[in-house]
Amino acid sequence: MTVIGRPLDRVDGRVKTTGAARFAAEHPYPGLAHAALVPATISRGRITTLHTGEASAVPGVIAVLTHLNAPELKPAPKVTPLRLSSLVSGTSVGYLQTDEVHWDGQPIAVVVAETSAAAREAAALVRADYAPAPAMVDFAAAEADARPQRGNPLMPGEAKKGDAEAALAAAPVALDLRYTTPPHHHNALEPHATTAVWDGDRLTVHDATQAIDWFRAHLAVRFGIPAADVRVLAPFVGGGFGGKVSIWPGTILAALAARATGRPVRLALTREDVYRTVGGRTPSIQRVALGATRDGKLTALVHTSVTRTGRVGGLPEQVTSQSRHLYDAENIFLRQSIVPLDLLSNTSMRAPGESIGTFALEAAIDELACELDLDPIELRMRNEPAVNPMDGKKFAHRMLREAYAVGAERFGWHERDPRPRSMRDGRWLVGMGVASAYHPSWRFAANVTVRLSADGTVLVRCGFQEMGMGGATAQAQIAADALGVPFEAVRVEYGDSALPMSPNAGGSAQTASVAGGVLEACGRLKRSLAAMARRTGGDTPETILRRANLPYAEAAAGSDTRFGRISGQVRFMANLLREQRRWVKAASGAQFCEVRVDPDTGEVRVSRWLGVFDIGTVVNAKTAASQLRGGIVMGLGMALSEETLVDPRTGRIMNAGLAEYHVPVHADIPPIEVSFLDDPDPTMPLGILGAGEVGITGVAAAVANAVHHATGTRVRDLPITLDKLL
Amino acid sequence: MAEISLRVNGSAHELDIQPQVSLLDALREHLGLTGTKKGCDQGACGACTVLADGERINSCLAPAVQYEGREITTIEGIGHPLQEAFVHADGLQCGYCTPGQICSAIGMLAEHKDGMPSAVTEHLAVTGGELDDAEIRERMSGNLCRCGAYNGIVSAIREVAG
Amino acid sequence: MRSFSYLSAPDVETALRVIADGEGVKFLGGGTNLVDLMREGIERPATVVDITRLPLTGIEELPGGGVRVGALVRNSRLAADLLIRTRYPVLAQAVLHGASAQLRNMATVGGNLLQRTRCLYFYDGAAACNKRAPGSGCDAIGGFSRGGAILGASEHCVAAHPSDMAVALAMLDAVVEVESVRGVRRIPIADFHRLPGDTPHIETALAADELITAVELPPVPVAANSRYRKVRDRASYAFALVSVAAALNVEDGVVTEARLALGGVGTKPWRATEAERALLGAPATEDAFRRAAEAELAAAVAGPQNAFKIELARRTIVATLRRLLTEGSAA
Repeated sequence: MTVIGRPLDRVDGRVKTTGAARFAAEHPYPGLAHAALVPATISRGRITTLHTGEASAVPGVIAVLTHLNAPELKPAPKVTPLRLSSLVSGTSVGYLQTDEVHWDGQPIAVVVAETSAAAREAAALVRADYAPAPAMVDFAAAEADARPQRGNPLMPGEAKKGDAEAALAAAPVALDLRYTTPPHHHNALEPHATTAVWDGDRLTVHDATQAIDWFRAHLAVRFGIPAADVRVLAPFVGGGFGGKVSIWPGTILAALAARATGRPVRLALTREDVYRTVGGRTPSIQRVALGATRDGKLTALVHTSVTRTGRVGGLPEQVTSQSRHLYDAENIFLRQSIVPLDLLSNTSMRAPGESIGTFALEAAIDELACELDLDPIELRMRNEPAVNPMDGKKFAHRMLREAYAVGAERFGWHERDPRPRSMRDGRWLVGMGVASAYHPSWRFAANVTVRLSADGTVLVRCGFQEMGMGGATAQAQIAADALGVPFEAVRVEYGDSALPMSPNAGGSAQTASVAGGVLEACGRLKRSLAAMARRTGGDTPETILRRANLPYAEAAAGSDTRFGRISGQVRFMANLLREQRRWVKAASGAQFCEVRVDPDTGEVRVSRWLGVFDIGTVVNAKTAASQLRGGIVMGLGMALSEETLVDPRTGRIMNAGLAEYHVPVHADIPPIEVSFLDDPDPTMPLGILGAGEVGITGVAAAVANAVHHATGTRVRDLPITLDKLL
Repeated sequence: MAEISLRVNGSAHELDIQPQVSLLDALREHLGLTGTKKGCDQGACGACTVLADGERINSCLAPAVQYEGREITTIEGIGHPLQEAFVHADGLQCGYCTPGQICSAIGMLAEHKDGMPSAVTEHLAVTGGELDDAEIRERMSGNLCRCGAYNGIVSAIREVAG
Repeated sequence: MRSFSYLSAPDVETALRVIADGEGVKFLGGGTNLVDLMREGIERPATVVDITRLPLTGIEELPGGGVRVGALVRNSRLAADLLIRTRYPVLAQAVLHGASAQLRNMATVGGNLLQRTRCLYFYDGAAACNKRAPGSGCDAIGGFSRGGAILGASEHCVAAHPSDMAVALAMLDAVVEVESVRGVRRIPIADFHRLPGDTPHIETALAADELITAVELPPVPVAANSRYRKVRDRASYAFALVSVAAALNVEDGVVTEARLALGGVGTKPWRATEAERALLGAPATEDAFRRAAEAELAAAVAGPQNAFKIELARRTIVATLRRLLTEGSAA
């Protein structure tokens, strides 16, 4: 009986509900010392004096490390596509290596003490005098300084087809709209933490990371040791959402502090530290201009964006990514611009690019539908492309029509009176909105070994990351089907750089990538068992292995030798480029939202939600639904309440905590229905398109569109807080 | 330093700690009970929820010395149908908020049984109202889940509450 | 957190003596605000006296219909009390709208009265704040002040008072009983919290050596028809943008008695006396409710970020009174 697709309970459910699962800050070591960070309080300049005397005098303090006494750290490697792990550096700063300050929050000292209480008490006593330098920190004021973003072959910064501006000017119906989104923070419930242990020149770190292999490579470079001498363990990670892909100061400083003191060191960031030392999502200013015929055929689509990075690093967001693929407009112009500021680098956060890009695009499409007096789903269907609009490439899989058809039926879309402010429930204003979800599908190289023992059990080994996606459960299902063994017979080892190399948990690619490796290894294993069976005459794994006098049979996908890794990467990159030239691959979906708005106060309550998704093959209907719901919940936060407040006068984050940065709580979240089309993509391993990020895309637009339907007010600046509806 | 005796999960533990050590840090760092999680250390997330004499509290804001003589129950001391229900309803993903959610839900069910009203209770003078989804959601709002497993958590609680 | 010495007070007398004799002594109740502020380095007591073992945990009915609530009654117990729920539903509701269930299980009535502002600049040691560091200035002015007060602010401080419970107490004319080695004082709630003026760091009338021992609720028959409405940025577990505590008596379509207090908008729990005056004898209509709200808000002063609170407060007052009129009490 096949187990792929079944809604099985996650295999790590028990350890997570009994408190047995140990996260990065929870590994005991004899002689463990605790570290605490001291953040800078200016955005740019130099430290002139550091006052560490009071801190050093706190009982239990072992060391106060500053740029004056910290061990050497090698520079971060230059970012190069030839070495993907070079992308992992959160910033280019040499922490505690110079007196320079590059952002408000940059660690300027690390206190190491016998207890965490002493470390934190002492850290609060370190004072610094600064010579501040002029800092550019005001994103809104810097808009004019933005320059077109340099792209790469996989993610171009600019794209055009025809003459969109001319088509816009000539269009019978035209809209030219400006949207903004604020900075966001991931706020994984587990703050970043590292436990670092040196044994001579060998380093072991337990870290809250979603990029085990890259962390290993990077730590090796920074500390000048071979990668083989670094081990990174992360069997449990308390949420990541992109915030734990890059390596931030905490990880490096924990290892540095352990090296300086000769003690195992634990550095558990405070929630405030996370805001100040881990990048968040860039704010954006977006222009979406649409030209259309009276009957709703798009003639022009312009989508441009301005985002920021830090001067010390940051990820250029692909804000217009979905706009290359969603609508069949005759003329398209897309441009992403970027301005570097004296702030901490921005970083990837769940669907970087598409989260905020779909907000602007999909809200603008709704505005156009209103302008044309056309149903917003119908407008989308009239512009649904048969091939990729930019270049005529084939879609590997495209089921948006089906998603909308299924969703409209299930959600009761036809009961919607299209006139704004026309629907009520008692005093509540009721609104319904839709938006498309879209996220590109990726696959990276994963090395996997699969071992079948004589007792019939199977061990799958791959150093992938588990942050709640249900990776071990899904891969056990895949291996069980591939080998024809019961699900319960499969055990999966993950979360350790000593295991075969896995790509990081990013781009919604982990399940498909690892599945590719698992399938390949299982195929080899079956072939070698078949060969053994012919030789020995056995007919079950047990008899085959016993007669061959072997405790187990094992097969691998990929190789973890140095040469094997490099050739694997080269092969993979070549494959990826070839595939990208041929296909457009993506997960997509239709988001349906119903809101209730209090006509007195403008409070918005989401009352119903349905997402219909094309994520290709569904490996586990339970955990995949949870992934998508999770994306939707985060999208609801983005739509209604989340905003990081960066003081434009100082560059300092003013709401660096969960009390004032409002992520959704239980009471904000209605029942969320998730439906899958469950149709395999022919070009991806097992047909998997990825579920981690597509869920958040389109959510903010669907909410904004529903709020407009309820109230008649268009809010183009996230979050849609009640003051914007009064 | 203060010498205190802390009762946790039915056994007494002698501790010599500074008064500023929170109950949360005492559990995690001094007793090795790391099942109770630290998400914000400021009473804003609920990951540190434990039961003190059966009542749910945020252990991050509780100085350990203040809780001498109280019976503390952490996730390690809990064997409750909710744990299985959470797994079955997939009321968790990363698992970091989960111990707090479970402790909180146990405390919440007891509060409801005791007739405690909530902010969404329609008639405050009436006791013994139904524990519907709106009530569960309001009463559990002190426990954040960034993975967004809220639907599953509510299902699990509803299933166990019966 | 700075180190401190800790003492658990066995009785009121000891607690009062320690605070009278010592420097930098703070009483510790539920800890929900004090411990957080200590961790942030905003409060730095040398000695902390745990008062949770003091026998101040009773809720007693007083002759004449009032109720006396011990200062160490926890928020959850106060909200669960049937006497409170039926006689002062606005108070039970206000408490239930504050914080989370876990925090309400810890927080005490006395501590809630001393809750300090959530102003972002007060909480950030790197910012200028006259409340935290007298004379340092106010970075909230010209900064993120969406949460700031529109009533009672000064050029030195615009921080809003964060309590929900205290708003209901202001509406109910509660009396705060305090005690020191010098004796017992009874402070009307209206005088308990102070306007910031040029001394925003002095927030209450409580002297440095005094302990809150009880809150007395006078008999307020109109409170039987009362409600608390809180408007915030998410559905639960957030501080108020605007909240309204209201009680209303209407006879033959005319308001015969009205009480109103506001949260989230004032530098202290804000008793809306102007609105009450305007309501008395007015027809119980939406128009009259609006005029009353406008009478109170005429004095409101806002910056660009919190100007919406004036409109939001007006609308929330009207909506709360309307609901009291049409649906009656929260009990």
